[in-house]
Amino acid sequence: MKRSVVLWLVAGFIGYCVLPWYILEDGLWGFEWLFDGYPFDTDYAPALFLIFQGEKLWLSPILLFLLLPLIGDVFTRGLTERSAISTRRANVLIVAGIAGLAWVAFQGYGIGLRGWNFEALTTLFGPLEDRQFGMGAGALLIVGAFLFFLTTGIAGRGAVNGDVFVVGAIGLIIAMVAVFIFFPIVQMLASAFTDEDGGFSVGTFVAKFSENKIWGLGCVTGDTRCGVAWNSLFLAVLVGFFTTLLGLIFALVATRSGFRYGRVLRGLTVLPIITPPFVIGLAIILLFGLSGAVTQFVAELFGLQPTRWIYGLPGIFIAQVLSFTPIAFLVLIGVVEGVSPSMEEAAQTLRASKWQTFRTVSLPLMRPGLANAFLLGFIESMADFGNPLVLGGNYDVLSTEIFFAIVGAQNDQGQAAVLAIALLVFTLTAFYAQRRWLGKKNYTTQTGKGDGGMHVLLPKRVMLPCYVIAGIWTTFTLTVYGMILYGGFVELWGLDHTLTLKHYTTAFAVGYNDFGIHFKGSAWDSFWTTLKIAGIAAPLTAILGLITAWLLVRQNFTGKAAFEFGTMLSFAIPGTVIGVAYILAFNVPPIELTGTGAILVISFIFRNMPVGVRAGIASMSQLDKSLDEASLTLGASTWHTFTRIVLPLMRPAILAALVFSFVRAMTAISAVIFLVSAEYNMATSYIIGRVENNDYGIAIAYSSMLIVVMLTMVAITQLLVGRADTRRRSKAI
Amino acid sequence: MSLSKSVETDNALSAVHGKAASVKFDQVSKVYGTDVRAVDAVSLDVAAGELVTLLGPSGCGKTTTLRMIAGLEMATTGKILIGGRDVTKLPATDRDVSMVFQSYALFPHMSVMENVSYGLRISKLKKAEVIERAEQGLALVGLAGYGKRLPSELSGGQQQRVAVARALVLEPQVLLFDEPLSNLDAKLRRQVRDDIRDIQTKLGLTVVYVTHDQEEALAVSDRIIVMNNSVIAQVGTPRELYDSPTDAFVADFIGEANLLDATVLDVRNGMASVVLGSSVGGVEQVSGSQISITSAARTDAVGPARIAIRPGRIRLSPVNSENTLTGVIDKSTYVGSHMEYRVVTSIGTVFVVADAESAYRLGEEVGVGFMDKGPVLLPVK
Ligand SMILES: Nc1ncnc2c1ncn2[C@@H]1O[C@H](COP(=O)(O)OP(=O)(O)O)[C@@H](O)[C@H]1O
Ligand SMILES: [Mg+2]
Repeated sequence: MKRSVVLWLVAGFIGYCVLPWYILEDGLWGFEWLFDGYPFDTDYAPALFLIFQGEKLWLSPILLFLLLPLIGDVFTRGLTERSAISTRRANVLIVAGIAGLAWVAFQGYGIGLRGWNFEALTTLFGPLEDRQFGMGAGALLIVGAFLFFLTTGIAGRGAVNGDVFVVGAIGLIIAMVAVFIFFPIVQMLASAFTDEDGGFSVGTFVAKFSENKIWGLGCVTGDTRCGVAWNSLFLAVLVGFFTTLLGLIFALVATRSGFRYGRVLRGLTVLPIITPPFVIGLAIILLFGLSGAVTQFVAELFGLQPTRWIYGLPGIFIAQVLSFTPIAFLVLIGVVEGVSPSMEEAAQTLRASKWQTFRTVSLPLMRPGLANAFLLGFIESMADFGNPLVLGGNYDVLSTEIFFAIVGAQNDQGQAAVLAIALLVFTLTAFYAQRRWLGKKNYTTQTGKGDGGMHVLLPKRVMLPCYVIAGIWTTFTLTVYGMILYGGFVELWGLDHTLTLKHYTTAFAVGYNDFGIHFKGSAWDSFWTTLKIAGIAAPLTAILGLITAWLLVRQNFTGKAAFEFGTMLSFAIPGTVIGVAYILAFNVPPIELTGTGAILVISFIFRNMPVGVRAGIASMSQLDKSLDEASLTLGASTWHTFTRIVLPLMRPAILAALVFSFVRAMTAISAVIFLVSAEYNMATSYIIGRVENNDYGIAIAYSSMLIVVMLTMVAITQLLVGRADTRRRSKAI
Repeated sequence: MSLSKSVETDNALSAVHGKAASVKFDQVSKVYGTDVRAVDAVSLDVAAGELVTLLGPSGCGKTTTLRMIAGLEMATTGKILIGGRDVTKLPATDRDVSMVFQSYALFPHMSVMENVSYGLRISKLKKAEVIERAEQGLALVGLAGYGKRLPSELSGGQQQRVAVARALVLEPQVLLFDEPLSNLDAKLRRQVRDDIRDIQTKLGLTVVYVTHDQEEALAVSDRIIVMNNSVIAQVGTPRELYDSPTDAFVADFIGEANLLDATVLDVRNGMASVVLGSSVGGVEQVSGSQISITSAARTDAVGPARIAIRPGRIRLSPVNSENTLTGVIDKSTYVGSHMEYRVVTSIGTVFVVADAESAYRLGEEVGVGFMDKGPVLLPVK
């Protein structure tokens, strides 16, 4: 038997005989369960002990499936032909894996807190007096073992040249995506189709989905308001258009104008990554709100009555354009630089003027990039939750409506699910269009062999407006960030502008007592939780992203396109949708995660993984494929090759992915706000809580604190990566 | 640096001993996607200890063939045997085959020593043995003492030799080279080529070597497999290929050749009497010249045929010499070591390489004759 199979067999038995089968209320790592009746107490007992006590007898078939590979081994002993043996053993492993996984899923899903979960099962098997909780550590290990049996079996039958590691990795990622993306989404769909009595009903869905509140066209036909779906769509198109335009202008200024401060512009692109999404919204309030600086100034100057005009479409629009323009810039700068200078030079030698060259050659070549930037802006705007929450006013959009359906007085999960589906339809359509239409173009960083030549500078008539707009915009952005930093030191914005450290001391006071340092400030709890959760999520995200990227770039297997689509899909699923889907799916057995830190970690992993995948793909495409192959021909396994060759060479990408996922986990709000609990409160949801209490001072102080922490982190990484880069370059000389 | 001269190298040579094995392809095909047939029903044999070159124009399937030997690409159909063992389904990791890549593929984050010892460490040898064998490998390619350097601190030629050492120290059954000289400058090429051949003969390695450069192939190979359009065009020793190509493609690809129409008059004792020029009516009415030659016949068939003649095997002489055609010098080029002429004759234009001393002027009339064994009969398509 293969060593790895033995290893997983042992793991499976540990899962079955040693670790508690069910999830523990006080967590596994407290180890209180060890001294509290283990292994006989049915709350903590491993499956084996449960069965010996005559409890949860439906767990007994699992033992049989776990033993199958051993039995298969014994029965193939007699055979002589090697290929026959390995094929048979592979078949046995596949059967054991599938049967095991199916049984675990069936019993977990079929038997819940109130006996049978489905009417059909009750009528089939009669009523069940027993019940069970969510699965725990033991079950997890067993599922891992079965999954590995299955993938090893598939490899044994010759898939991917019989490579156990590659098939295992593919299986693992498929399983995770299935459980943590598809399962919750399907669960959410199901709940949208559930009527009051818990039955399946298309009518309910249709009725809820076609409601006026979602699709109404009152703003066009009459004087009522339009449906939230139209609001979201209109906003997203507007934001997509303007971010693309501004992004293009910035990209042109940075690369085609001989502008010396291009690096500064590039530096600005870091801002949206390190800024919690609603912070821009807060700054807009400080500027244009009822007691905002600009509002007050204008009111005094012209003797006008200050209004709340900023709350609603204008505010959200400004905040989102501010937030997402750097993303468009990031995409477009690659595109603008990617247009081969020799094409432009060719056009010029054919007597085209600068302006004609730009219009007939450069711009058309950038078209796919522009479409890409637009779709990104569109998706980001649709998914944005923070800015509409603080600035929305009466302009309802889907992402916030979903939230209010859950937390509001109605607590209508079905309604939330319906709204989430509407939102999902929009973003998935955009995502699909992007993939379909642009293919893989957005992946290939245009770093191919440079064909020399300089980019043609822009004609004056394009350049001047670009300069002006970019200048205004940069000033605006800097003002906004200045406001955020400054606002934290002001007593009460708009009323009392005396400087104070009050907000900082309330949030971040540190004292000393008999036990040493004592973090008194009200924000410390959520701050440490955030660091901890982000710190756990980041390495997991990075490694999963890199493995996925490696599979996509370096391995060939059937269904690769679908695999890629599946892993990138979560990019198009807005955080609010994930949030709703998770609380619908993981609130009840078999996977009971709400209220734990794990659910936060998991949501971060799957929300941020696509970015890790993209980064990994980009940097892996730069690695000479023959490095991998050389390692293979020298007798190294794919696992060896991955750990000794690929990972070390990807170190800068790994570091970047680490920091990125860490920072994203710190700034995320949309999914988080559904998933936090008293025990695991995150910085962002704490801040939103302050905002809702009109406690702007602390909210802003805390936001500044986060930005500074993350800026420091990014700077340090830049330094490290930068140094690694220069070191490599100096070696190359 | 010449390898054979240093004492150190000779010691190292005796320490590394190959376990050279044969390679056999049996009707192997490789199809990429659904319809790209990169290699089509290829059968070939490489004997143990032999250096065989895969030669052919770009895109003809050489690299694919090589990668199938390495196990980096799996055959779509057919059987591959190494040392008599069926390895068709075996992945690269489990085959005892090493490869030297076109880009060398040295691991940039490892020192030369770490690179060379990589395969040894993977195979879990004792540390002392790993170091000893890696050092012998480096000595063998003349790079003893370079172990601490990073690949980026070596010249192209040195990197190439590290790649060879890395592949050698594993004592593979088969050693593969994919266009190993293509990243070297012209001067270095000849030397590295000779070094590779040297090591191969001394260690008795089985080597499969891919190149698109016919001169390189002729220089290093025991045998050459010429490929064209995914199939094997001809297999033979360099001399066989040069002297008796079996078709126009091989004739033209291995050294240039003048391809001329001809007519076989009759075949006797395996020798054909041939008249140059295309036959208009029957065998009796041959147009054009009246020069006749004899050449090894391929078949007993009489009638129209084609003939290949190397530019160097055409002799120019004063006009109207015995058994010559009359031609007119159309172009003459001085290339240093010899002269190249384009001569227009009644049977077509021929390309001739002559002595640098010869000095025919443009428009001059000359006699065009053929050396013995020069013309080769080709089958007519
Ligand atoms: N991974 C691949 N996918 C599809 N086609 C390929 C792949 N590798 C090679 N080919 C095709 O197979 C043919 C043979 O390629 P190759 O063996 O690399 O040729 P050579 O090394 O003789 O230049 C070419 O037409 C090439 O385009
Ligand atoms: Mg090739």
